[in-house]
Amino acid sequence: MPCRALALLLAAVLALLSPAPAAAQAPPAAAPASVLEAAKKEGKVVWYTSLALPSAEKVAKLFEAAYPGIKVEVNRTGSQRILQRVMQELQANIKNVDVIHTSDAGHFVLLKDKKLLARHVPAGVDVFPAGFKDKDGYYFGLRATLNVIAYNTQKVTAAEAPKTWKDLLDPKWKGKLVTAHPGYSGVISTHVLALVHLYGWEYFQQLAKNSVMLVQSAVDPSGVVASGERPVAVNGGEYTFYQARKKGNPVEIVYPKEGVPLVVSPSAIAAFAPHPNAARLFTDFSFTKDVQQVMADSEGLYSGHPEVKYPADKPKLGDLKLLAPDPEELEKRSEEIKKRFVEFFGA
Amino acid sequence: MAPRDSGPRGLDRALPVWIGTALALVVLMGLPLGWLAHMSVSGESGYTLARYRDVFADPALQKALWNTVVLSFWVGVASVAVGAPLAWLTARTDVPGRGLIRGLVLASFVTPPFLGAFAWVMLAGPNAGYLNRLWRAVTGVEAPLVNIFTMPGLIFVVTIYTFPYVYIMVANTLALIASDMEEAGAILGAGRLWVALTITFPMVLPALVSGFILSVLQALALFGSPAILALPAGFHTITTQIWSLFQFPPKVEMAAAFSVPLLLATIVLLWLQKRLLGRRGYAAVGGKGGRRRVIPLGPWRYPALGACLVVMAAAIFLPYGILAKAAFSKAWAQPLTWDNLTLGNFAFTFFQYSATRDAVVNTLELGLLTATVGAGLVALLAYIASRRLVFGYQVVAFLALVPVVIPGVVLAVALFIAYTRPPFVLYGTLWILFIAYLTKEMPVGYAQSDATFRGIPPDLEDAGRILGAGRLRVLGDITGPLARSGVIAAWCFIFIGVIRELSASIILFTPNTKVMSVVLFDLKEEGQFGAIAVLGLLMLALTFATVTLVQAVLGHDVLGARD
Repeated sequence: MPCRALALLLAAVLALLSPAPAAAQAPPAAAPASVLEAAKKEGKVVWYTSLALPSAEKVAKLFEAAYPGIKVEVNRTGSQRILQRVMQELQANIKNVDVIHTSDAGHFVLLKDKKLLARHVPAGVDVFPAGFKDKDGYYFGLRATLNVIAYNTQKVTAAEAPKTWKDLLDPKWKGKLVTAHPGYSGVISTHVLALVHLYGWEYFQQLAKNSVMLVQSAVDPSGVVASGERPVAVNGGEYTFYQARKKGNPVEIVYPKEGVPLVVSPSAIAAFAPHPNAARLFTDFSFTKDVQQVMADSEGLYSGHPEVKYPADKPKLGDLKLLAPDPEELEKRSEEIKKRFVEFFGA
Repeated sequence: MAPRDSGPRGLDRALPVWIGTALALVVLMGLPLGWLAHMSVSGESGYTLARYRDVFADPALQKALWNTVVLSFWVGVASVAVGAPLAWLTARTDVPGRGLIRGLVLASFVTPPFLGAFAWVMLAGPNAGYLNRLWRAVTGVEAPLVNIFTMPGLIFVVTIYTFPYVYIMVANTLALIASDMEEAGAILGAGRLWVALTITFPMVLPALVSGFILSVLQALALFGSPAILALPAGFHTITTQIWSLFQFPPKVEMAAAFSVPLLLATIVLLWLQKRLLGRRGYAAVGGKGGRRRVIPLGPWRYPALGACLVVMAAAIFLPYGILAKAAFSKAWAQPLTWDNLTLGNFAFTFFQYSATRDAVVNTLELGLLTATVGAGLVALLAYIASRRLVFGYQVVAFLALVPVVIPGVVLAVALFIAYTRPPFVLYGTLWILFIAYLTKEMPVGYAQSDATFRGIPPDLEDAGRILGAGRLRVLGDITGPLARSGVIAAWCFIFIGVIRELSASIILFTPNTKVMSVVLFDLKEEGQFGAIAVLGLLMLALTFATVTLVQAVLGHDVLGARD
């Protein structure tokens, strides 16, 4: 008996120490041997991603554990900066990026139009809903997040907390709000467009009167709210607030009943990718059910994969009223969104 | 002094070396500045001033210009208000702990201002900032004591890392003024304060004005601190505005046109400073000899020390303390209890975050390369200019100092335009950063080398040459060893400048040429304070290790003259 207990304990310790969960150890069978061989020769894949840094590093480590010998170079920055980088590098004839992943679906409309994407349908992605798929097979939604309101429970009680987007316009929130920037984050530009549809630009004009603190990334408001620097976030990726709450921070999430922007973040392979095979392998891997499940479990993201199970403390997408702006419109109005936001908020 | 070496007395076989170096300098400076000027006036059909019209008509850009004026002016004033008394106290009075204060001023001098800005976000954020929470706990008053995300907050943070410029100028001038005149004043019955006001003050006035201008220039060119403190408050300065013009779709021509006012302002200010210093006609300043009497502060000794320590608390103790705390905590805003204690930030920064290692390696490579090539280059240039080895040596001296008038962001815009097109496509490689750093750090290295060679009389070299050695041989065997410590000091200045450089790097980097400052800036955009603290402390450690090493070699501190 004690022997078995010891063995169990050892197994538990080993499981704790092992770098990646067992679920992701076995490489998916989808990749043909030739691709695997060529990818190993290429040795690495360069990933420009807007996924929160710790989450991105986690996905990268899972891949490296599954495919030893192929490194993932994570370059994490805001969606808009990623597009800027890609275009700026191309102008200087630099071919660096393999896989592009941002939270501004409009980017992929633009990149596809400019013939900068390689067509690649990740294995098993056919079961994803239409909102996650480009019909021509160039880009697919790697993950989704909601854009929500959040507040610090030590500074704001549940009763006084804002319940709707409109509640945030109340002058009692003056000096207490934080927003991320649509000129940096794709989650936020999607959010801005969705709310402009609901209430027009007037909404943001009024919101700006509450002297809102300005940060860059949609990841940042969760830290600002958790530290109490500003007690209420008027936007931000739901998964970042979820992670903060799970770590024990006094953060609570509000899903406004007027509708919650659903931000699907596509992933695509660059047409000029210097490591095309590793790029394919990495893309296939990141769309597998196992990896999608990891993103839903530990990172708090939503997935297009119908079999992915969500933690019990997350709302079901079906229970929320979702707002999903059209990527084409997002692409067309991107300049307007940035310009007007700067006009209202100052920088 | 007779131009001993200007005549073609025997053919100088090293002449190609001198001419090659001078020409390299001309290309280094001419190419980017030429492109910048060209770009700012080029339109779809020929030359146009439309860009300038756009720039000055845009209300957002006007606001950025005005904010920069306000920021720099007050940083200049505040730096004088802090730096000058501190210099006087340490140079002239018996305030206790003078060595300590001097050391702390040096620490503030070498602290990257953007690290200080990060730290002050944690200290004086209006709600979560430590000082404000303390204030609330002690007084019970709900309103915050200080708000760092404001113009005064920005002025404060920039000032605490800029006042050393005033301090150095004033302290070094005071060290050169003998006490005779002050004593004469005292004998004639003037009180201490009266002596200080009527005798000492006029003599240090040029140094004060000069320090003021240098501080204004610092504030004008700074990118990191405004990006960290002004953007959350919803306002831009010129530098952050130029940087945001690079966002997609990039408006490079606008950025070029907007860079020119910044360039002109810098040129005008430096010209002013030169005129003021050039007219320094006081016979009492600049003389060696004469004793400097220590002024006893009497009962004011400890209050004076207290005042110095308050400044140092703002610049060093509090910021470094909060960075250290953030490095070891899970949540920086929570108290440092056992629950909140972690090594996770170190693990994440060094082992999980794949960008760290490359950035540290890139930074060190660039630092060593730039400092070594740079120290060699400025030594050669200073040698050429001081020994008048080529025709037009004055131009060489001028060009080596020109980059001082080019703010980092402007230099980056110019280099970006120049090196993303033939004949030199360097964007995307470490070489473009190398050129940026080399250009940007050249003036400070050159000034150091110039002083060094002026301090070495040519007689020894002449002796060597009479005995038949060529110029290069003489340089290697005689002048080189004598110039050693000066060249090492130049190396140190360049190295420190490179490892903390942000304003040019932020425009010129690509993901595979990231440096530490850029990674810090990336982390800031995501609010990753733990990792920022860890990487920031590493950067500080690298800086201090270099300074300590070099001071050990030099035998005195790098701030300059000391009596």
